[in-house]
Amino acid sequence: MKLFLLRFLSIYFLWSGLSLRAQEDVVQSLEPLKIESDGLPAKPSLSVQKQHSVYDYAQLMSPQERHMLESKITKYYDSTSTQIVVATVNKVNDDISLYATEWAHKWGIGQKDKGNGVFILVSKDDHKITIRTGYGVEYLLTDALSRRIIEDDIIPYFRKGQYYEGLSHGIDAIIKVLAGEYKNDLPKKQPTDYLFYIILAFIIFIIILSLFSKGGNSGGGSWRSSGGGPIIFSSGGSSSWGSSGGFGGGGFSGGFGGGGFGGGGATGGW
Amino acid sequence: MKKSLGILGVILVIGFFLYQFFVGFYNTGVEYQENAKTAWSKVESAYQRRADLIPNLVNTVKGYAAHEKGTLEAVIKARASATQTKIDPTNITPEQLAKFQQAQQGLSGALGRLLVTVEKYPDLKADKNFLELQSQLEGTENRIKVERDRYNEAVNKFNKHIKKFPGNLLAGMFGFKDMARFQSDKGAEKAPKVQF
Repeated sequence: MKLFLLRFLSIYFLWSGLSLRAQEDVVQSLEPLKIESDGLPAKPSLSVQKQHSVYDYAQLMSPQERHMLESKITKYYDSTSTQIVVATVNKVNDDISLYATEWAHKWGIGQKDKGNGVFILVSKDDHKITIRTGYGVEYLLTDALSRRIIEDDIIPYFRKGQYYEGLSHGIDAIIKVLAGEYKNDLPKKQPTDYLFYIILAFIIFIIILSLFSKGGNSGGGSWRSSGGGPIIFSSGGSSSWGSSGGFGGGGFSGGFGGGGFGGGGATGGW
Repeated sequence: MKKSLGILGVILVIGFFLYQFFVGFYNTGVEYQENAKTAWSKVESAYQRRADLIPNLVNTVKGYAAHEKGTLEAVIKARASATQTKIDPTNITPEQLAKFQQAQQGLSGALGRLLVTVEKYPDLKADKNFLELQSQLEGTENRIKVERDRYNEAVNKFNKHIKKFPGNLLAGMFGFKDMARFQSDKGAEKAPKVQF
């Protein structure tokens, strides 16, 4: 009996430890929701991959689903420069349409000159979803169309608790509506480029160091063996590759473009 | 000789800093003023958008509820008076803005009454055209709110700039005048709640 209890307990602890770790993984991929004095979430920092497309604060999707949604949006972004951002929260105490408009405007979703941003906010406990359209997409993705997408493509799935399916279908519909309108003419600037320059700078730095140490006497040798170039290179390289792999390239290269939102869009409930 | 040269130097330095201050104050003022004017044009276009929706809305409602003549005519009349009330963006006075706001509120009220009447007509409420108009109208009311708030913010920034010391001493010289803000709507005149 005692043995059984012990075994049961050990399994229980093992299991809870594992599930805790799994939860940590989920949380790690998202910056915590920080509300600033204006009542809106703080804009994510522009460090590598923080400005991406899916902010699932209410945890309505599994990591795989989130990943799939991210890659769909990123793929679309890469060819059009249009930024679609999805956020899920537990509750919005304000009028969700106005709140989401100000949120999207603050973050500057879409390109500044084109206004091609779309923001989708889901409020879990309110059972509400809103699509907000940037100034530049209003005339294509009209309020009526946004409403129709919410009602025809998203809500049927949400009613069944299938959040990923609803959002995925909704985004497909939005992409179809905006088809062919925008081309990505942004200068090709990817975070990896910038990583490349850092690594290059490191290598040059180390070469210079080693050159200097060659000129010097016995101290030089110890420099090279302790802080050897290849070690720095490999550790720096692998850690950053790891993190970008975790996001599945979900970030918007160049970050949010500063697009404006003026209140267009529609809201629906389920 | 040496002394007067020193005094001249001091005057030149003070003059230079004064000039810098003038230029800075003026340019910032112009920038804020332009921002406020841009914000105003967005307010106007949001209201215009609403006015543009109305003929279509009236026609759709007419198809189902032709005998609600009084309500429909009130909307048309309110729309006409709202579109006629124009403001010169280079000189937005409180009186002008109050007049503008009143005209728009008249339209909001008439629209609100129309939408209440609509409740009696289930066929109309299910009409696809009407549903689309309704969501356009909803979005437009949101736009109006957003742009009004942003206009007020822009005006606040400008007014603060020209009212703070020592800028306030120069504001008159450069022709900077207070711009008027939107007052919050009083009770019943609030935008119609287009939720069914």
